[in-house]
Amino acid sequence: MKTSAFTLKLTASALALGLAAPASADTLRLLTWGGYAPENVIEMFEAETGHTVEVTTSNNEEMIAKLRATGGGGFDLAQPSQDRIAGPQEEFGIYKPMDLSKIDAALFIPSMLEATKANTTVGGDVYGVPHVWGTDGLVLNTAQAADVKDYTDLCSDAVAGKVSYRMRRPTLIGFAFSMGMDPFAAYADEAAYTEILSKVEEALIACKPNVKTYWSGGDELMGLVRSGEVVAAMAWDTGGWKLNEDNPDVTFVAPTSGALGWIDTFVIPAKGQADDAAYAWINFVMKPEIAAMITESAGNFTASKGADEFVSDALKAKYQASFPQEAVDNIKWYPPVPAGLEALEGAVLDRVQAAR
Amino acid sequence: MRAGQKLGLILLLTPLLLWLSLLIIIPHIDLFLLSLRERVGVRQYETGLANYTTILTEPLYMVTFARTAMMSILATVLTLLIAFPVSYYIAKMARGRARSVLFLMCLVPFWVSELVRTFGWMILLRESGVISGLLQWAGLAAGPVEMLYNDAAMMVGLVYTSMLFMVVPLVTTLDSLDDAVIEAGYDLGGSGPSILREIVIPHAMPGIVSGSIVVFMLSLGNYLTPTMLGGKDSLWFTQMIYSQFIVRFNWELGAAFGFMLLILSSLIVWAVLRLTGQTLEKTMG
Repeated sequence: MKTSAFTLKLTASALALGLAAPASADTLRLLTWGGYAPENVIEMFEAETGHTVEVTTSNNEEMIAKLRATGGGGFDLAQPSQDRIAGPQEEFGIYKPMDLSKIDAALFIPSMLEATKANTTVGGDVYGVPHVWGTDGLVLNTAQAADVKDYTDLCSDAVAGKVSYRMRRPTLIGFAFSMGMDPFAAYADEAAYTEILSKVEEALIACKPNVKTYWSGGDELMGLVRSGEVVAAMAWDTGGWKLNEDNPDVTFVAPTSGALGWIDTFVIPAKGQADDAAYAWINFVMKPEIAAMITESAGNFTASKGADEFVSDALKAKYQASFPQEAVDNIKWYPPVPAGLEALEGAVLDRVQAAR
Repeated sequence: MRAGQKLGLILLLTPLLLWLSLLIIIPHIDLFLLSLRERVGVRQYETGLANYTTILTEPLYMVTFARTAMMSILATVLTLLIAFPVSYYIAKMARGRARSVLFLMCLVPFWVSELVRTFGWMILLRESGVISGLLQWAGLAAGPVEMLYNDAAMMVGLVYTSMLFMVVPLVTTLDSLDDAVIEAGYDLGGSGPSILREIVIPHAMPGIVSGSIVVFMLSLGNYLTPTMLGGKDSLWFTQMIYSQFIVRFNWELGAAFGFMLLILSSLIVWAVLRLTGQTLEKTMG
């Protein structure tokens, strides 16, 4: 009751603000990923709308932790992945429903927009629209790790001591698929999911001697691969493509069990104070030519319809080399993570980290 | 006059009290209440000790704490062993300018951030790093040598990070030891080791204890060094607190971890003080 009264008050005040000053210049506090709000795009947006943009870069977990700490305040627009919206919203109530009438749906690739809307619906309200998408897969130095085709191959003797992956949930999911299981199908069934996790745990502990170190930041992994200390890693596609510019041997490879697909979205935090600016930003960056600029900066493609035409040929070529059509069809898209699942995974990750 | 004194006292105490209550006491009360909350379902919480029973029943957590505590104690002992001769030299043997220069040299590494210092060690120790390159150049190693991502590297980082906090109290206490006392010890037929044991160490004891407490607490609460230098084998208790709060959204268990860390580390300090026959008053006074 308290929360609904509160949201009412908020919407009322937002309405009042909107009525009083229809074209007022706001400050948009944007909580996003590195590369998603490049300087040139911000300048164009500020020149066109008069709003100012303050960018804070972060990652999924920190975004949610920050919003949870303030009850959804401090930012006006955030960009968590689509699988991390429904769970945290049910649990912590940190987002506000999207007013889809303020979004220009024609700018989006229809299938992606519908999928994201379905995945981020809680209690009949839609909380997110898609922005940037990409995949988790293998970053390989093909000269030295040509035999690595799937996540489980990271544990083969050929690459012993030269492997790195993250101690995060994508690793668990990727290994489960690679071992022939389907963790996404077991999301709703806690017992089945626990069983899958225990098998993955065993594999990861057995694989530990092969690992040089668990990477935690993108730059850390770049350093490890650039210096040649790591020849095979589980990482994002853009990491592989960026490294490819320095060393043509290194590239991103979609694993045979399927790359893991994520979509980063736009959500409005529960206590966001500049909704108009937020919707303006969404509609602005989804324009094909602007979306292409973001693709150049972030390395990943967007859900903007027709933006591909504006993307440089070099990036398109890398994308096509990593993703032949069958690899695209084989992408496993992350479904929404049910609330509470992270605790199960967390215990497994802790035990793997502690194993000797 | 008396009222004026009282006002002065209040004004002087205000910053301290504000600091203590706003930054230490209130957050800890909040943390404690949070740690007593257990999640039973979506947005449903009950009050109970479930988080603490989880810690006590899941061996991993206690093992991690024990490992963190043992490594921190080891780091403290190593820091003391290295810092004592250094401090003795600075306080008793070096004179004039040499003394200031030496003290400054201990201080200089702390002018850069901990992150940069730790990264410096990574550059030295990594497989494609400076030491590995030197060894290969000198013909002592056939191939690249990996020295990072193990307990030894982590220990090096911890000792290096906490060196200053041992040197400063040791120099201060050793400085107050009158040279004449040491001379008298020699005149009475004492040898180097016996003077060290009977005169220098007992005099330096308050410095040793306060330095050790600071270094132990700093190591126990360190997050950066174990993460960066320890790599895949470094499970450190602070990392578990971080991952409960940030990665798993499990603030309740994270808060319980934080409280356990506070209680257990206080217990260890108390036990060591008892074992060595020291009291906090003697050390601080």
